[in-house]
Amino acid sequence: MKDWLYEIRDAIKAFVRTVGELTLFFFSIAMYTPRTLVKRPGLVVKQVFNSGTMSMTIILTCGLFVGMVLGLQGFDTLQRFGAEEALGTFATLSLVKELGPVLTALLFAGRAGTALASEIGLMRATDQLAAMEMMAVDPVRRIVIPRFLGGVVAMPFLTAIFNMIAIFGAFLVGVTFMGVDQGAFWSQMHANVTVADVSQGVIKSLVFGVVASLLAVYQGYTSVPTAEGVGRATTRTVVTTAITVLILDYLLTATLIG
Amino acid sequence: MKQTRAVEMGAGLFVLLGFGALFFLITQTTGMSNEIGNKGYTITARFENVGDLKVRAPVTISGVTIGRVTRIAYDPERMNAVVEMIIAKQYEQLPADSEAAILTAGLIGGQYIGLTPGGSEEWLEQGSQIEFTQSAVVLENLIGKFLSSVGGTN
Repeated sequence: MKDWLYEIRDAIKAFVRTVGELTLFFFSIAMYTPRTLVKRPGLVVKQVFNSGTMSMTIILTCGLFVGMVLGLQGFDTLQRFGAEEALGTFATLSLVKELGPVLTALLFAGRAGTALASEIGLMRATDQLAAMEMMAVDPVRRIVIPRFLGGVVAMPFLTAIFNMIAIFGAFLVGVTFMGVDQGAFWSQMHANVTVADVSQGVIKSLVFGVVASLLAVYQGYTSVPTAEGVGRATTRTVVTTAITVLILDYLLTATLIG
Repeated sequence: MKQTRAVEMGAGLFVLLGFGALFFLITQTTGMSNEIGNKGYTITARFENVGDLKVRAPVTISGVTIGRVTRIAYDPERMNAVVEMIIAKQYEQLPADSEAAILTAGLIGGQYIGLTPGGSEEWLEQGSQIEFTQSAVVLENLIGKFLSSVGGTN
């Protein structure tokens, strides 16, 4: 009868243990990060390519269409107040402060995060990580840290590229299709968007870069070494990243807006 | 070796494009290019009522933005509001007897300070105060006046 109580207790215990493990894992990564950057920069560059350059297609496509939808929806809403000139401000503020960092982090989890988790998970399942340890090569330093750093470096740039292409998407729909005045679109944007708004988005993207990369390498590194385990690790990467990013987004917004 | 070079090229292009995008966001979408910064001189004006005026609101003359409001404070001694504003350096030839009024941009737009040049031979300079001011129009007072005047004619 009390089985479900025990199950809840076990689930809470498992959650607390995972959070603790994740924290320790983060510290062990952070400890060796400077040494990896100095001694093996080539490995990091390769991972920037894998996480960043290879995500460009999805970022550019999604960014363009998100911007176009914002242009369309924003125009429709603002027109009801007779304020369609504010479209540039509306689209840019929504993008740089909120949509850009969050959507990029979610897309990153789907494109790069899953790749990292399944790659490391498969190395674990095929005993490649154990073989490295036998050769006195630390798999955290050789495999995990470069992948983590690659994601951390890639995320702010991906976010900036997403924002830029999305603003052009909003411009395309708002100005070219809907006939908002081109001068008003940009001048209202200049008058109302501040450098603080942009840097708030950059801070968010830096935090999301650390979180999304950490969760991906952690899920891969701790996956159960079976085919099913690798699949589960991949799924968990997307789910945990999405939840963490959205919760953190609220906390960051509350902190940064004050 | 060839493959490594392709990877480095790809990563390099990605990072450069990212920096380009960041640069675009900071310089092209924000008003940084028309910030005055600290290059200018500060003048003050006293108003009975500043209405909804905010710090960073534009200061205009003939509709051209020449400065920004930097500080709004209440002076308990003279019981009115003191507005400090910074005027860009290239507009240093403003007559000392210019008038400042708090105006509203559009129906739902923000409020700004509009200067009307006077006829004095002397210019406003760092720290000088505008003598002639016109307070913000408060909608409730306006409606009140309108209602009492309508009531008066009947």
